[in-house]
Amino acid sequence: MNDADIVALLVTLKLALVSTVVLLILGTPLAWWLARTQWRFKFILETLVALPLVLPPTVLGFYLLVALSPTGPVGTLTNAIGLGSLAFSFSGLVVGSVIYSMPFVVQPLQDAFRNIGTRPLEVAATLRASPLDRFYSVVLPLAKPGFITAAVLGFAHTLGEFGVVLMIGGNIPGETQVVSIAIYDHVEMLEYTRAHWLAGGLLMLSFVMLALVYRLRGFRVSS
Amino acid sequence: MKNILLLLALFVAPHVLGDELNVAIASNFSSVSPHLGELFFETTGHRAVFSYGSTGKLYAQIVNGAPFHVFLSADVARPKLLEQSQVAISDSRFTYAIGQMVLWSPTIEFDSPEILSSDINHLAIANEKLAPYGHAAKQFLSRAGLWDSLQGKIVRGENVAQALLFVDSGAANIGLVSLSQVQFRQGNVYAVPSDEHSPIAQQAVLLIDTTAARAFLALLRSEAGRQVIQKYGYLVP
Amino acid sequence: MTIISARFVSERGTFHLDVDFELPEQGISAVFGPSGCGKTSLLRAIAGLDQSTGHLRIGEEIWQDENHFLPTHERALGYVFQEPSLFNHLTVDKNLTYGQSRIPASSRKVSFDDVVELLGIGPLLGRSPATLSGGEQQRVAIARALMTSPRLLLMDEPLASLDYDRKLEILPYIDALHRDLEMPVLYVSHDRDEVARLADHLLLMEDGHIVAAGAIGDMLTRVDLPLVQGGEAEAIIDARVSGHDDEFQLTFLDSPAGSFTVTGRGVEVGADVRLRIQAKDVSLTLAHQSDTSILNIFSATIDDIVPEGDAQMTVRLLVGEAPILARITRKSADNLGLSPGMKIFAQMKSVALLA
Repeated sequence: MNDADIVALLVTLKLALVSTVVLLILGTPLAWWLARTQWRFKFILETLVALPLVLPPTVLGFYLLVALSPTGPVGTLTNAIGLGSLAFSFSGLVVGSVIYSMPFVVQPLQDAFRNIGTRPLEVAATLRASPLDRFYSVVLPLAKPGFITAAVLGFAHTLGEFGVVLMIGGNIPGETQVVSIAIYDHVEMLEYTRAHWLAGGLLMLSFVMLALVYRLRGFRVSS
Repeated sequence: MKNILLLLALFVAPHVLGDELNVAIASNFSSVSPHLGELFFETTGHRAVFSYGSTGKLYAQIVNGAPFHVFLSADVARPKLLEQSQVAISDSRFTYAIGQMVLWSPTIEFDSPEILSSDINHLAIANEKLAPYGHAAKQFLSRAGLWDSLQGKIVRGENVAQALLFVDSGAANIGLVSLSQVQFRQGNVYAVPSDEHSPIAQQAVLLIDTTAARAFLALLRSEAGRQVIQKYGYLVP
Repeated sequence: MTIISARFVSERGTFHLDVDFELPEQGISAVFGPSGCGKTSLLRAIAGLDQSTGHLRIGEEIWQDENHFLPTHERALGYVFQEPSLFNHLTVDKNLTYGQSRIPASSRKVSFDDVVELLGIGPLLGRSPATLSGGEQQRVAIARALMTSPRLLLMDEPLASLDYDRKLEILPYIDALHRDLEMPVLYVSHDRDEVARLADHLLLMEDGHIVAAGAIGDMLTRVDLPLVQGGEAEAIIDARVSGHDDEFQLTFLDSPAGSFTVTGRGVEVGADVRLRIQAKDVSLTLAHQSDTSILNIFSATIDDIVPEGDAQMTVRLLVGEAPILARITRKSADNLGLSPGMKIFAQMKSVALLA
């Protein structure tokens, strides 16, 4: 592994971290709403959240490329507010990763919230806890395992992201060149040893993360 | 019963009449290949089935046993390696086309490479480490003294097709791509002189020796074949 | 004496709640009725857990009217749910202090130690809810509700999820509650026994409506209400222990109906207790009988007589100032020529002392 590879690894870790944090911030209220609402069209939103599970990442990446470019809907917006184009930028990758890993964060959270049920919240209300207070003092602690799962899955999933980055990344070292792209390029250039090192490293990291999730969940015998 | 036999015969006939041929083709040749395929069928009765990909990916697949009869690469290096490792049939390697690189933008008006020093958002090229067009792009830009200064704006596609996609979608407003990709499109073209970079020679090799395979390679060298290749933006040796 | 005044109209699916009532701001008011009659809906409407249009005033505070709706967490109430519903992620003492820590220090009238002692949960404090029995959990739940120093305690069938022994175990605690804490309690139940033991005031509900309301002694003996029908017809009388007979192991009690004698002497003099007299244990005689084994004989006036099935009658009597029920056969009523206004003697074969 040389410098370029280490840079790729750092970019990857940074992308996974930032995306996971963004997803937890955006996904928590979304998951909470989905878990509680009775709106009869909520299935539409649930489908949208779940789409990245089934869509080929390249499809996602392709549409993102079109949308983020200066003539696309998102691109026009970002240009208008002075942000320039998100294509070929780390921020663009974050946008792509957030969409790509959304179901992996939102669904565990939604399940955790739903499993809490309404009773603990009603109890807390009768004990003088305001809605926000109830969320922090009752929902969050009870949903902690769900948060851990969501964070780890979101992180691990983004680590392995390829198709989306391939489409909108532009392979810029230090900015958008992530490990999965680097491995691909090494293979293309017949640098199989370096590919092995990087791929093996990513595999180990993913294994450890997932083992963590399953180990933590194993401690919970009852909900 | 007679009807079923007739139906079967209709399905089988083309295969019985001519062979099927698996051809691995570098993606940049995708504009030419269908026409070559038609020509091939008309003149020989054989059917060519094209599998596209980046040269590197196809090479890796071939080396690992992919059952292609013929490999049309976008470079010289890979066919050479195949020949050396005796995966390819010896003495079958030749140059079938020479790529023409162009600077292209569907939106910006320009008539010289000086446009690159001015306000472009991104310059799309094929990855110079992986793709011959990328390699040529780097050579050209280095000769023009622009390689270093453009580093912040260069975005790399995995191959010249993805470089084109970046420009096409508007994410990059200019790119170094192949003439064959843009010759029929709306936009501004600057043909990069061939002496600004080493020639983008595209070579072919024979992998599995069959009549149909040899016929295909022969077609590429034939007058009719060369005309098709030139028509779609390539030079011929 | 300020009162609780409430009026609600709400619809939940096909169920329609339409009530308008007032309650004394002291003592235990029981909400009684068959399953599905709306008791829990009423409680939830008072708590603000379910949206409903209406009007709710507790003393001088308006919790709900046409213009505004005070959300649950701003209402000074305590709510005990049917299942204990303790916070599993907190220990018992953290459960208890959850509510208390959310009211300003100046409003904390109920002390932690008092409540712990009242409900007998001292030894449970450091434990996690999952390790407690159903009865223990429910006691903690009641204590937790009290810790917010509520103006009103709402209890939704708090004993329903417990077995008989656990119920008996907790009843005294609930009784102690309303004696020692001076806060009104609204207690929902479909269990006559619980209601008879605990209630001072009764709201009878049916099908989303309040059919009748009043003091317990009165309500149980009203012949126009379904409560007097069936084998459980009874009267409740509040009494005070006045003395004992050590030789014969008896306890004497004073009450609005007169002086009672019951067996046993477990309760000390001066204690306030409740007496339960079942209608089937009361027989009537025209003349006073002294050669009888029955100790509790009173003169009474017949207030009303209603049929009970084909063969029986329920007679409402006024004994002193208290109403008592007697269940006799129609034949006897005929033979004795009973009619309202008649003076008569009531013999009570069995009087139960509810401590």
